[in-house]
Formats: sequence, C-alpha cells, structure tokens
Amino acid sequence: MATVVPPPSKRQKILAAEKAEKALEDAIIPKHLGSVRVQFVDQSTGKSTGPVVAVPVKDATVKNLETLLNTIQGNEPGDRLPYRFFFRNDRSTGSESELLDVQTDLYNSVLRPGFKSTEDNIILQFIPQAVFRVRAVSRCSASISGHGEAILATAFSPESSSRMATGSGDNTARIWDCDTGTPLHTLKGHTSWVLVVSWSPDGKILATGSMDNTIRLWDPKTGEALGGPLKGHTKWITSLAWEPYHTQAPGKPRLASASKDGTVRIWDVVLRRIDESLSGHRSSVTCVRWGGLNRMFTSSQDKTIKIWNTKTWNCLHTLSSHTHWVNHLALSTDFVLRTAYHDHTGKVPETVEEKIKKAKSRFAEAATQEGKLVEKLISASDDNTIFLWDPSAIPADSNAAVKPIARLLGHQKQVLHVSFSPDGLYIASASFDNSVKLWNARDGKFISTLRGHVGAVYMVAWSSDSRLLASASKDTTVKVWDVKTGKLKEDLPGHKDEVFALDWSQDGKCVASGGKDKQVKLWKH
Amino acid sequence: MPQNEYIERWTKQHGKRLDHDERVRKREAREGHAQSEKAQNLRGLRAKLHQKKRHAEKIQMKKAIKAQEERDVKSAAPNEPSSTPLPNYLLDRSQANNAKALSSAIKNKRAEKAAKFSVPLPKVKGISEEEMFKVIKTGKKTAKKSWKRMITQPTFVGPDFTRRPVKYERFIRPMGLRYKKANVTHPELGVTVQLPIISVKKNPQNPLYTQLGVLTKGTVIEVNVSELGLVTTGGKVVWGKYAQVTNDPSRDGCLNAVLLV
Repeated sequence: MATVVPPPSKRQKILAAEKAEKALEDAIIPKHLGSVRVQFVDQSTGKSTGPVVAVPVKDATVKNLETLLNTIQGNEPGDRLPYRFFFRNDRSTGSESELLDVQTDLYNSVLRPGFKSTEDNIILQFIPQAVFRVRAVSRCSASISGHGEAILATAFSPESSSRMATGSGDNTARIWDCDTGTPLHTLKGHTSWVLVVSWSPDGKILATGSMDNTIRLWDPKTGEALGGPLKGHTKWITSLAWEPYHTQAPGKPRLASASKDGTVRIWDVVLRRIDESLSGHRSSVTCVRWGGLNRMFTSSQDKTIKIWNTKTWNCLHTLSSHTHWVNHLALSTDFVLRTAYHDHTGKVPETVEEKIKKAKSRFAEAATQEGKLVEKLISASDDNTIFLWDPSAIPADSNAAVKPIARLLGHQKQVLHVSFSPDGLYIASASFDNSVKLWNARDGKFISTLRGHVGAVYMVAWSSDSRLLASASKDTTVKVWDVKTGKLKEDLPGHKDEVFALDWSQDGKCVASGGKDKQVKLWKH
Repeated sequence: MPQNEYIERWTKQHGKRLDHDERVRKREAREGHAQSEKAQNLRGLRAKLHQKKRHAEKIQMKKAIKAQEERDVKSAAPNEPSSTPLPNYLLDRSQANNAKALSSAIKNKRAEKAAKFSVPLPKVKGISEEEMFKVIKTGKKTAKKSWKRMITQPTFVGPDFTRRPVKYERFIRPMGLRYKKANVTHPELGVTVQLPIISVKKNPQNPLYTQLGVLTKGTVIEVNVSELGLVTTGGKVVWGKYAQVTNDPSRDGCLNAVLLV
C-alpha cells in the first residue's frame, strides 16, 4: 500500500478492541429461543417462494438461510446461488416502512432490535447475488504507449475484455487488443481532442465525440470510419448515449449526443442525420443517459435535469433541486443497457430476435423491484450533494412537484462522478474531496467512506459482480476497494501523472486506465 | 504604559456610555478629515513617520482591494479552453495550475537522464576559514587559547537543536544569522514560493560547513514542498525537495534558491 496510514493511537486501539469485543458478544445467538417461522419472498417479483418454514433461531444465519432457500427452490448443489436477505420493518419510527439488510443472522438483525418476536411470521425478501466472482485486479499486465497526448476517455467493448477503445488529446482514438496488450487500430479523423468514446450496446459501432464539435462513427473490427463526421453541434461534445438495444428498431440504432452548446441531438446512425434536436437547457449539457423505459435524462450546468420522452421527444419534467452545476448522471440499469445481451457466460444468441429478447429479459431482471419496473436515476452536482430520483414514480402531469427519493449529503467538495453497482444495490460517488463514498441505492442511506486517495477522485468503475470498486484519481493511482468491508483491496500505482479515464471490463477480467502520462495501462489479476 | 486591561475591565463592570456607538461612528466618519489634516500639516520627523505609516497602510489597502476583485472575477472562466488536453469533466473548471505545472515539469525533466546530476551553480568562489570564523577571545579560558569560533555567515539550525554547555561549545551560530525559510524559484516556470528549509544537504566549501548548516552561495538545501501538492508515482505526497542557494545571503539578508529538477 503506497498510502501509509499512520499507526493507530492508543485510544484508537482501545476503541477497536472494545468494538471487536462487542462484535464478538453480538455474534453469539442465545440457544434458548426456539424456532421462528420464515416466509421467503422474491424481491423482484414480490411472490412468495415455498411454504412458511420453521427455522431454529440459533441456526438462522445468512449462510444457513441461503442453503435453505436453495433447497426450497430445488437448486442442485452444483448451481447454488448466493443470496442477500432483506426484512421490511413495519414498526419503524418513520411513517413509511423501511427495508433492512439482514447482515449476519436473523437474531441480530430482526429479533434483538424487537422488530419481530419469535411468535410472528417473518417475511424475508431475497435477491440473488452474482454467481460469478470477479477477482481484484492486482498487477499491471501491460503499459502501452502510443498516444501522443493525455488520454481523456476509455471504454471496454461490451462483448468481452479483449477490445478497448481510448480517446486522447492527440486527436485520435485507438482500439487496443487487451489480450496481447497491443494497439489494434488508430482512428484518425478528428481535428481536436477526442473527449468521449462509446461502444454501441451490440459492440458493432464505436462512436467518438470530440472537441471539434463533431461525432465520428467507426467500425471496431476494421478500424475504418463509417462515413464522415456527424456535424451539427456548435460546441464540443460532452457525452454520448446509445439507444438501448431492446428498444432499437432492428438494424437502426440511434445515438444521443450532448454538447457544450446546450443542445442534445439524436442521430440516426444509419442515415447519418439528425433525428431530433432537443434544446431547452440554457447552458452546457454535461451528461445524457438513455433509459430503457422510453425516457431520456439530461443534466446541465444550468442546474437542472430534464426528462424527455423518447417517443415524442417532449420534455416531461425539469428537475431543479440542485443549486449548482449538475455534473453527472447514472441509471440503476446502466450496466445492462451498456452490455445488452452480453452476459458473464459469454454466450451470444444467434438471431436478432433472440438477441433482443435476451437484452429485454436482462433489462427486466435488472430493473424489476417488488414486481415493478423501476429505473432509478442519480445525479451528482457541484453543490456537493447527490440526489436520488425515481423517475417512474414521478406523476405524468408535468406540473406536479417532483420530489427526489433522497438527498445524499456528506461530500465536502464537488461531486464529479456517480455510478450504480451492476446489481443496482449500491451507489458509489467520486468527489474532489479525495474520497469515494458508498451509498445504499434503495433509500440513499450513507454506508461508508473509502479514504486513501491523496488527490481528487475523478472516476469510479464497478466490477460486474458488484463486489469490488475501482477508483481513479489525480494522485496518479488507481485503487481497488472491497465494497462489503469498505477497505482498500489493492493499490495500483504506476501512472506517472493524473489518471483521467478508467473502465472495468464487462467480464471483470481487466481494468483499463489512462491519463495525463499518455500511457494506457491494463490491470489484471 | 497602561497597566493591565483596565478599560476592558471598566466596560465589563459598568457597561458602555449610552452614546458609545454614535461616538464611534462619528469618529470613524471624521477619520478621513483627520488623516487629511495630518498629511497636510505635519512637519519634520513626524511627517516622515506619518508618511511611512500611510504608505504601508495604502499598500495593504491596495492588496485587499485586488484580492477582492480577483475573487469576484473567478466565476468567469476563461473563454479559451486550456491548451493541455483535459477530460470534459475538468474543462470548465478554473484550476490552481501552479503547483501542478510544477510537478509535471519536474517529471518531464526527470525523463532526461543527463540532467540528473547537474546543478545550476556548478562552481563557487571559495571562502577562507578566516572569513568564515571569528575567533572569540572573551572569557578566562577562551581568551588564553582562543579555541572558540563564531560563524560569521548565515546558518540553518534545526528546530531540535540545543546548545551544548558553554565550556564545550566550539562553534557559535548567532541567532540573528539563522534562517528558517528560503525563497525558492522554479527555474522553468519562474514561480517563486517561500518554503521552510528542512536541512542543509551539501555546502560545496567544506564538509564541516555542511555539518554546521552554513548557508553560502551554491549550498544545496532540502526544502519542504508539501504545500505545493506534488505526488510521486506511488501516490505519496512529496514533501522534501532539493534546492540550491543562488544568492549570497550574508550580503542580501534573504535566502534565494532554485529548485533542482
């Protein structure tokens, strides 16, 4: 670890010892409590699974409950799933019932605080966790120079970890072969810095947005340009978003681009023309996100977020709770929208219909919460706060007051980047105050602060199993964090200057980072 | 001289005069007139002292006004985006570039291996021992053998230094010639910052002078650059950096140095 934490003082040591002792005490479950009746409910569908089961309290740990649930569902020992359990507390002090995470066992989470007694039926909601496990990247497998200027953006192909694209200040974008660590194609054409790179969800097209006000499309296989530049914006491109695969008309993908000139343009990629130009923001549009439920979200430096209907291109709502620039937006479904039908197994359906079907089902799986399709939105701002929104709960009447689910307070400086974990349970935020903070994505409750960076944190990237988090910082390091414990897992020094761009591949094998030192670094386990 | 804070004590006990605030306001309002009268009518030494005081005050005032103006215009970002490539999340932000530019310049320089051992002042004029030391001839024993020396050049004395007993103290480093800070210039950027000295690394004249912390022209010192916010590739904050003294501090009364990059 490069950032050496000072050794704990005596007082800290005593506190830690007391805490450990208390934790040890808490871990003990009294034997005399008998059994409790438990009903499992699938959180995504809201349907109960199996009959009510009597479980001895002393054995009701998360691990045992997992085994029990797997047996009830008839899963073979080979394909048992890990689960997370939640308990809905109706007796909470607030007016609305809150959802509690069952951390280690039922006794400590539910019975001891007095939410339920052993006489009651306990309804436990469960969410399956990722079956696969991403291993923390720990070494630099390749350090590739090639770009002549700072690297400003990077993105992995949704297909696999073997292709990655970077955009740079030397007016080119490059595609890299990450298996061998060699450059594959140099995409020349832009006349100024390449600020954004974005792969289409099927991985067939690469779009790059530049400082020269144009967008270019490339074929990542051959590295050739698909036609000339897409002109229209009058200032540089700040963000790109592809139409989700399952809502695309087959073979006719569309692309949304946000620009400094305050407009968002929707491009028909095949016909290479502007479908729609959305003006409404009064200042630079900082981020655009195309949701899977016919909504598009744009954030701007005019302190507002706008929600657009992607059918009619009307502005449905203007969310103006922020008091300063809105820097970044993230959707709870970002990960599935980006990867479409590519999942961790690497199997790709044969026909287009099957692909759409799979993309749709993956989206539905990720977005379903208690039987409803929910796509949450989070916005980071210069006013040091983050807002968590539920756009599906916003009434259709555009005049109705729009209230966020939560305002996430805690950062001491501007928040630059926010991201949902792929399973939609956590939010990570990166800020100028040198810290990354983790939040609960359900209600926006604060979970932990990840400290260790000594410079502003520019970007975070999740591993696809949501158990690890990587962060890139001004202090020239990339750090990998364990989400569950909130501790530093790996410190990855090596860059010689600020790290501007970071991405974790969809299959979890590789992390790519690039920055001011003009080198692309690939990190693997 | 007033003895103790008797005025404050009195106000605490009895409160203020009822017209106190008004009197204060009036006095402040009259101040301009009073100043003007003084400036016009004072003569001789008083006039000189007054002018000097006003001069210092006006400098402070100008500085305050300038700082205020700078703070006001900060919100207006420069129209021209920066010349170095930046990702779009940093594009519209005005940055404190000084320290940053410093660090990247250092990094670029370090890439050139040949520059590693060169210093800005490769040769200096020698200083003889007679010039450096003054023999102390006071005291009974000292006067007989004259073994005690006073260093006539500026020195750096570490914060944890304690004097030895007088009997054993061979070198005296006068308090008035001790320096704690140096004005350090970055050669390429021309940025000058006042930084605390950590230690004297090498005095080219004599290893003994290095030990004594004598600061002469060409001395390599270590300065504390932590406030510049430089970071190593390992992610640690750099806080010590070498610099070479460029002036003759015994003549100038200040210590100027260039950072070795």
